[in-house]
Amino acid sequence: MTRSRWPAVGREPSPRRRSVLLVCSFLLPLVLWSLVSYVPWIWHPLIHVTDPGTVSWFKADLLVERAVFATENAQAVAAGGRAAVGERANPVFLPAPHAVARALWTAFTTKPVLRDELWLHQSLWLSIQTIFWGFLISSLFGVPLGILCGAYPPLARLFEPVIDFVRYMPAPAFGALTVAVLDIYAAPKIAIIVIGTFFQQVLVIANTVRRHDPALIEAAQTLGARPRQLLLHVIVPGCLVDIYNDQRILLGWAWTYLIVAEVVGVSTGITFFINQQAKYRNFDNVYAAILIIGVIGLVTDQGLAFIGRRIFPWQPRAPSRLNAVLALLGRKGGGPA
Amino acid sequence: MSAPAVTTELADYRRQSPAVAERFQKLRERPVVLEVRDLTRTFATRQGGETVALRSLNFCAHRREFMCLIGPSGCGKSTLIRLLAGLDEPTSGQVLLDGQPVSGPCPDRGMVFQGYTLFPWRTVLGNVMFGLEMGGMESGRAKSEALQWLDLVNLTKFKDAYPAQLSGGMKQRVAIARALATNPRILLMDEPFGALDAQTRAQMQSYLLQIWRNVDVTIVFITHDLDEAIYLADRILVLKAHPGEVQELIEVPVPRPRGPAQFATPEFLATRRRIDELIHPPLESAGEKLPIVRLTVVGDDVE
Repeated sequence: MTRSRWPAVGREPSPRRRSVLLVCSFLLPLVLWSLVSYVPWIWHPLIHVTDPGTVSWFKADLLVERAVFATENAQAVAAGGRAAVGERANPVFLPAPHAVARALWTAFTTKPVLRDELWLHQSLWLSIQTIFWGFLISSLFGVPLGILCGAYPPLARLFEPVIDFVRYMPAPAFGALTVAVLDIYAAPKIAIIVIGTFFQQVLVIANTVRRHDPALIEAAQTLGARPRQLLLHVIVPGCLVDIYNDQRILLGWAWTYLIVAEVVGVSTGITFFINQQAKYRNFDNVYAAILIIGVIGLVTDQGLAFIGRRIFPWQPRAPSRLNAVLALLGRKGGGPA
Repeated sequence: MSAPAVTTELADYRRQSPAVAERFQKLRERPVVLEVRDLTRTFATRQGGETVALRSLNFCAHRREFMCLIGPSGCGKSTLIRLLAGLDEPTSGQVLLDGQPVSGPCPDRGMVFQGYTLFPWRTVLGNVMFGLEMGGMESGRAKSEALQWLDLVNLTKFKDAYPAQLSGGMKQRVAIARALATNPRILLMDEPFGALDAQTRAQMQSYLLQIWRNVDVTIVFITHDLDEAIYLADRILVLKAHPGEVQELIEVPVPRPRGPAQFATPEFLATRRRIDELIHPPLESAGEKLPIVRLTVVGDDVE
């Protein structure tokens, strides 16, 4: 038995190696971030002043560029004063991992600064609701229309050219219009997500449906299936798994539209939280909020994948990321069997 | 050395033993189920011309006959069976089933494809029930009927399995049960065992003969395997290519019931030689020398 050590084209690594790679996939960016944050000579372009010395405009906790710090100190010493003291630091927009980790907790426990501001969890909940309604409304129309366009070429010829045209108009461009029509609260935000998702959705799903196996249609015809039965009993069930996976990808797109949608009208939700924290220069909270969006996305997607494997029992099992992590933890905990 | 001697002694494939002759006499007296009249199918080529896939085909199959279609590649076998199934329309001519012209696919002509074409989202039982459900049968009755058909192909144990979990032979048995479940007058089979390994294929041939013996159905079976055609068929329709035309309709003189032991009988070999001559004309290819220069060391010969 020969096992190549190096990646071979098209060959899946062993389950154990897969788990290790999965962990590394998250670990590598984290290591990079830690290096930049904790090892001063890699980047750290600024000086965090701890003692201003006799430099008139320095104060404790001030961040100045290293070159400026050096010239000011040189001038102060030349004038017979005392040099300022400080340590190298990164800009405020790059907090260290531990600060962001702490913010992941404190962001939820910190009382809002202003009376009408929301807590983080309330902001998140608002965003999730916006996504939910936007994606639901889009899917309610987009999925059936996509299926019909994929199944009946004349319908595709009728709808797809104009949809293809509208698809190129950026959803945020409709912001002012949605506010004019739907007022400034939740409705225009949901509308932006619908506009951003729907047109892509129809085309993506129509393409998926077009890829169905024509031999299955013919087999069904020889078994007596009539046109409507073909649609409901062959085309739809045959494409269901692929449509489900398309929906997972489209849900990710809906999240990208969320950030622009939430500045339409009255800014709300996680976007408002992020913008507000950036104004207060709490960049650790900003990173925490962005990470939480990522976590919500990952958890939803893997959750849907997990559900998918159960509601479509006929499809061959793809390796699950969740299982890979559990397997790795289990092996480390349990030791060699 | 002895092979040529044997072939010269081979019987004429047209000589039939009295029992076989009587069988064919009876077969011809049975009503015609499938009749093909002047069937022609041409396809437009990209250059604006047209190719004739089938030209003026005429033949008929009698009730409970087992007919094989054989021919060189490009002779329009698949085009023909698609026309019979109603999945394609003839340029001219007609296909008649029990005297009625065929238009479009219909469950009275069941079809088994080489690629299995089972519905992957349905269980084995669900696949067999498909045709019955489409015909509007109430699901409890459809289920019990489907179970009987699964029993016939000996797959009751796998009724809850999905197609992806079955071997090729088992998939094709499900496909046969599915096609038979709607009680077709005729079962069309397009190289159904072409993708199976030799052993499974032999087993499937024997299954198919058993099924055919017990079910009131006429079978039209496409194959490119001479032995398979002779082993299974009452009559073999030999087609020739460019354009596809009937070359000969051979009555297979091998007596029934058939078994693998008959592969070496004189009738079998004579029929085989005849079909071989028809579809592989001797002038071509066999003795053709490839223009290869020697790339091995002298003395390292393999034959």
